[in-house]
Amino acid sequence: MAETALPGPGGGPDFESWACPLPLRDYPRVVLGHGGGGALSEELVRHLFVPAFGNPALDALGDASLVDVPAGRLALSTDGFVVRPLVFPGGSIGELAVNGTVNDLAMRGATPLYLTAGFVIEEGLAMSVLGTVVARMAAAAAAAGVQIVAGDTKVVERGHGDSLYVTTTGVGVVPSGLPPIGPAQARPGDKVLLSGSIGDHGIAVMSVRESLAFETAIVSDCAALHGLVGCILHDDGRIRVLRDPTRGGLAATLNEIATASAVGIVIDERRVPVKPEVRGACDLLGLDPWHVANEGKCVAVVAADAAAEVLAAWRAHPLGRDAAIIGEVEAGRPGLVATRTSLGATRVVPMPLGELLPRIC
Amino acid sequence: MRYLDEFRDGDLARRLADDITRIVTRPWAIMEVCGGQTHAIIRNGIDQILPPEIELIHGPGCPVCVTPLEVIDQAIAIAARPGVIFCSFGDMLRVPGSSRDLFQVKSEGGDVRVVYSPLDAVRLAQAHPEREVVFFAIGFETTAPANAMAVHVARQHGVRNFSMLVSHVLVPPAIAAIMTAPRNRVQAFLAAGHVCAVMGLRGYPALAERFHVPIVVTGFEPLDVLEGIRRAVRQLEAGEARVENAYARVVTDEGNTAAQRMLAEVFEVSDRAWRGIGTIPGSGWRLADAYREFDAAIRFDVGGIRTAESPLCRSGEVLQGALKPNECPAFGTTCTPRTPLGATMVSGEGACAAYYHYGRFRAAAPTA
Repeated sequence: MAETALPGPGGGPDFESWACPLPLRDYPRVVLGHGGGGALSEELVRHLFVPAFGNPALDALGDASLVDVPAGRLALSTDGFVVRPLVFPGGSIGELAVNGTVNDLAMRGATPLYLTAGFVIEEGLAMSVLGTVVARMAAAAAAAGVQIVAGDTKVVERGHGDSLYVTTTGVGVVPSGLPPIGPAQARPGDKVLLSGSIGDHGIAVMSVRESLAFETAIVSDCAALHGLVGCILHDDGRIRVLRDPTRGGLAATLNEIATASAVGIVIDERRVPVKPEVRGACDLLGLDPWHVANEGKCVAVVAADAAAEVLAAWRAHPLGRDAAIIGEVEAGRPGLVATRTSLGATRVVPMPLGELLPRIC
Repeated sequence: MRYLDEFRDGDLARRLADDITRIVTRPWAIMEVCGGQTHAIIRNGIDQILPPEIELIHGPGCPVCVTPLEVIDQAIAIAARPGVIFCSFGDMLRVPGSSRDLFQVKSEGGDVRVVYSPLDAVRLAQAHPEREVVFFAIGFETTAPANAMAVHVARQHGVRNFSMLVSHVLVPPAIAAIMTAPRNRVQAFLAAGHVCAVMGLRGYPALAERFHVPIVVTGFEPLDVLEGIRRAVRQLEAGEARVENAYARVVTDEGNTAAQRMLAEVFEVSDRAWRGIGTIPGSGWRLADAYREFDAAIRFDVGGIRTAESPLCRSGEVLQGALKPNECPAFGTTCTPRTPLGATMVSGEGACAAYYHYGRFRAAAPTA
């Protein structure tokens, strides 16, 4: 259970600075009543969530929010966030909850519009911590240009949760003319691009885990990617696959694409950007950076004649400065991902099995 | 990090491989003892750039692979007890016991935790005096000093609710066992650099002389491994059998004497069972009499647990170089990383998992 007040973006806001009449100050920690549907619940919503996320749809506080949606196909996505610790170098569960769902929408070529947020809070969580997470969510939503238009709060008994879980559901719109973008669209001859260095998020989080705690300058790459995606979208069908390599890392993402599209993928290991600090931490822990999670990177499979154009567009974007063409799609060996090593040999890149398990020595 | 990059340089690696091709005149079978070296070989494809005369045999140096099934079952029995916090390094959690693994024990309510240092387990014991904290102490000479230190610290601070399930193994007796095995094919060894960093070269010259076998102390980066192979081939071609230190930037003749003193205080040499191989005399460590009160097997009375390996699993032959993983009838069929019969398929450093994942077999080799 996080105990101390955590700084918000730019040093605030914190619990002490909250405006509004004072009822929340009577409860420095979340109590069961905050999820009970009565006065305490209402105070939490009115004095914390609504001021932070404020927009006309939410302010109405109806059972459902009414929103306008432009023409096109609706994209929907939902994701649960259970990170520990709640705040880590470069981000928090708040930014993750916004950017994670925004990115899931962006990977289908959608423009993200609205989010809903569900909070499962463990009794005893410091109000100041909840306030910080909510403030960071609000800042991330504003930065991404999406509105948080509905939400839900449940409080579970102490010992029945891990401080705070957040679930976000996102709504976006895909322009009608955009050809399908998805994991099954890769074709032989396509090029595989990566928008930047891998492993930063996973290593940043591990560096502050209670049982690990090693010093590193690595910060999470947590970011909303729809801008990065938007600058390469065309209606000519040359963008086949967009994926953000989150849990399971680059290895899982490439294997998913190879399986879904029934193609082989060959990567040149030397072209995959990995920061030296991340590689060092992975060496130390016996982890493979290709298996480590990212929260602000995009893998794109594009037609060969679009690769240079996409690369140039990405490199001109702040989130894609280190973008690289890392490999190509082949007809042979469907479902298999291979990599050429720096020694000139070739090996299979397996799908990671599950939990990252550091080696013993 | 530049220091590491220099030992991963592809051009230099190919030059070393060319050098080995120039000096080799006939087939040689060289065993890399350590799982870390196996990992480097497979991950970088070192075997693919060597001349066909060089056969690399993966040795028994993966601590996860050689921990006996019955010790895993003992660990599972202890971890399942109410009031116990069972601490382990990560890769032991998925090793199957007779009927389940530690992950399953955790899902059933056991308090199983991954730690990165045995001292973290001691700290947990201090923080939870009402619980019994048990650390799963496995591994070679590399991990043993820190484990010895943990017991020492626990006693020093009067931490009575801490104990260790010990299954430590030693490399030199394993080398002797491999050389005396009836089907032995190993003609040279790449000794494990990290083991020698602790123990020095103690015991190795006698082995090289007794079995007339070259032993090259080798590191874990691609250039380290290739240099180890090059020196081993040179000796083989010249009919020599010496101990060479190709990892001098880490290993000294005498090793880490402070660590050795700690080991000598806390542990004593014992006979030890190796999974798939059997008992090798004098090949392990157990807690010395003065520290026996910290022995979890005694404290939880699990020493009597006896279990039998799957008759289908031939990992013992794999660990001794007598059988290649893909020559095992169960390989890739009844035995996969998702449904492993033996530990060599579980551990990322296990020879069977390495073959399975990284495609040392023709069927999965990519065309590129």
